[in-house]
Amino acid sequence: MQTGPLLFHRYSLPLVLASLRLDLEYAKRGYARYAAYPSAAFAGLFTNTVFGFMRAFVLLALFAGRDEVGGYDRSAAITYVWLTQGLVATIYIWGWQDLSLRIRTGDIATDLIRPVHPLRAGLAFDLGRSLYHAALRGTPPAVVGGIVFGLTLPSDPLVWLAFTVSVFLAVVVSYAYRALYNIAAFWLTDWRGALLIAITAANFFSGFVVPVRFFPAPLEAFARATPFPSMVQVPIDIFVGRAAGAELALAVASQLGWALVLLALAAWLFDRGVRRLVVQGG
Amino acid sequence: MADAVDAAALYARLSIARIREQLQYRTSFALQTLGMFAISFLDFAAILVLFANVPQLGGWSVSEVALLYALSSLAFSLTDLVIGHLDLLPQMVRAGTFDLILVRPRGTLFQLVTQDFQLRRVGKIAQSIAILAYALATVRVDWTLERAALLVVIVPAGALIFGSIWVAAICIVFWTIDANEAANAVTYGGSFFAQYPINIYDRWLRRFLAYVVPTAFVAYFPALFILGKPDPLGLPAWLEVSTPLVALMAAAVTALIWRAAVRHYQSAGG
Repeated sequence: MQTGPLLFHRYSLPLVLASLRLDLEYAKRGYARYAAYPSAAFAGLFTNTVFGFMRAFVLLALFAGRDEVGGYDRSAAITYVWLTQGLVATIYIWGWQDLSLRIRTGDIATDLIRPVHPLRAGLAFDLGRSLYHAALRGTPPAVVGGIVFGLTLPSDPLVWLAFTVSVFLAVVVSYAYRALYNIAAFWLTDWRGALLIAITAANFFSGFVVPVRFFPAPLEAFARATPFPSMVQVPIDIFVGRAAGAELALAVASQLGWALVLLALAAWLFDRGVRRLVVQGG
Repeated sequence: MADAVDAAALYARLSIARIREQLQYRTSFALQTLGMFAISFLDFAAILVLFANVPQLGGWSVSEVALLYALSSLAFSLTDLVIGHLDLLPQMVRAGTFDLILVRPRGTLFQLVTQDFQLRRVGKIAQSIAILAYALATVRVDWTLERAALLVVIVPAGALIFGSIWVAAICIVFWTIDANEAANAVTYGGSFFAQYPINIYDRWLRRFLAYVVPTAFVAYFPALFILGKPDPLGLPAWLEVSTPLVALMAAAVTALIWRAAVRHYQSAGG
């Protein structure tokens, strides 16, 4: 079976523009799909906020009798907590199995007929989703945290810009990672265990549960060598000013690098999976 | 009484059938259970990372917090094994398939509980037991008969508390179908809350998540009793042994909530 190309059919301007317009349409659908259930978003927001309070008090307890832990002061630690709570939905850190369910049921066959590579359509859709979640579930916890605890806000507009780019790349890295463990459904009869393991690893090594900077040195070095910090720790360090100048540029470049590597790997594995796919029924 | 025996027999029969089904893919099952066992240590590693930076948390040492973690985690993973698939309820209410539950001659909750049984969740239980062993080997406890007895009783009692919270919270789907994620604030949230000494939280958060949602009785109060540790909050000592009673009360309240919720069920029509 011939799948659509991951990038472009031919590099002529009208065709490239047409395919970018298609991406935009997918993104709008992704946005609309989640915007259709506002009560679900509010329920999730409630839970994210409750967790934010619990985690804020746990981290504050570290500062009893000291003003600095792992390069964070109280305010940076609190900011870290509320930004991670905002990123939960934005980067979908607790996973998603839409793709593996489509592989399992054979619905993926419909996606393969379309002239767009399913992973590219999926990415556009997911970026639309993340925009909705960033607005409705990403920002409010940060506002609540800001009102109750007071957060470290960057004063430099360039930092805000870098943070926005970094969150965008975090969504792409997270999407590629989610696609990878979903693609496992081509080979595994029961992929849910693999999914749980993949999510738990991402949770910890991304710096979502505790900041990577709090890790003992060897563990931190290990985490830094994986794509996980690109999903959470990198954008947060940019926001709280722990990455600036050349370090900031390097951090964003590493996110871009991981995004490309993981997307290429996902595309390669996906095409191999399609070759061994058997779809039942007629 | 005969009903209870009959129900237990039916539960065992259905669960064994599901276990047999899951053992069809033996390698896959073994890998997943082992994987869950290994990866769930990352959950505890978060606490070790905190203690790599500070010697104590709210006046509790790493071994003492490990004890809280193990008690909360063990109770919660037992609950998850028995009723974790209650997460499927929102889908049933949305699609109207809850109708099927109502027409069968068995209790509604009983039928839901018997819908699934994921044996690989024992991986998480095994991890909790390992952490409990580590905690008990490293804390100093003057063992008495009362302390040992309480330790044995609070594990199932804690599971009953978490189970009651879970069932009561998921009832929200009978009123607002999309809002099931709000239940996570007290289920997964309650389990997270109980893993840390509750004296580190602010008073209003403690009122809500430790007493109204009675998670403080799963780990914090019994741990004080077992360790013989003075309560940093200075609360009455009888609270430290009241976990079994609180568990029964929570179950009774939840039974009332469940009944009201099921009466409120509206089918999907058609």
